[in-house]
Amino acid sequence: MASPAEARTVREPAGKAASAITWDVLAAVAAGGAIGSVLRWSTSLVWPGPASTFLVNVLGCLAIGVLMCVITELVTPHRLLRPFLGVGVLGGFTTFSTYVTDALRLALSAPLAALGYLLATVLCCLLAVFVGITATRALSRGLRREAA
Amino acid sequence: MTLLLVALGGATGASLRFLTDLWVQARHDTGFPWGTLVVNAVGSLVLGFLAGAALFGAPLPVLQTALGVGLCGALTTFSTFGYESVRLLTGGQRLFGLLNVVGSVLVGLGSGVLGVVLAASIWH
Repeated sequence: MASPAEARTVREPAGKAASAITWDVLAAVAAGGAIGSVLRWSTSLVWPGPASTFLVNVLGCLAIGVLMCVITELVTPHRLLRPFLGVGVLGGFTTFSTYVTDALRLALSAPLAALGYLLATVLCCLLAVFVGITATRALSRGLRREAA
Repeated sequence: MTLLLVALGGATGASLRFLTDLWVQARHDTGFPWGTLVVNAVGSLVLGFLAGAALFGAPLPVLQTALGVGLCGALTTFSTFGYESVRLLTGGQRLFGLLNVVGSVLVGLGSGVLGVVLAASIWH
């Protein structure tokens, strides 16, 4: 799959760039998106409202930190792993649009709570990505030292 | 049935996000994650519109599930937004990172409000 960094070096017309996309990558993204969305929807059934959106977003951010650290620093992944897990499952699991509409709906009745929700989600999610990356890195260093 | 709608919407949304991101990121070389910002803005606009439609008495239950939960939910992403922001913030591009965080939230909110206003102008 073309990572954003790779995609940025492509300076060709849309048709050419689009033809570089292979169907198996797109299928992996779609399958992952379906799974992630169903997981998010199931969570919202168990625990409805902004709390569920907050939970899936923070969990998804923690997971993407772990995933990206593993596949960019620790192993050479199968070419469909990042499209499936990163773009598909985690992209489908987490949501920005529901975060926004949750906040707007909250703002109608409790503006301060809406502001708190907006800030808390962003801060906890960024922290979760950071923790995911650094914890995975530390763990892999520890394991390697143990093995040596 | 609902599960199928969510899955179908989710598969479509994730694919559209992937294709949009490739298309947008191929069109500039600044390192700023415009692709994610675009899908998050578009998804927030559509979901705001659907929420507005429900609010102003035009409930579309099937569309709410397939488009709202499935498509908009998967078209937009918090994990990629978070990862790209942290990469910028910790990778020596703090200004871009900060702009991405503040800009994404403000653009998302603005798009969501615009969606509600559009729905209100039709049904209210």
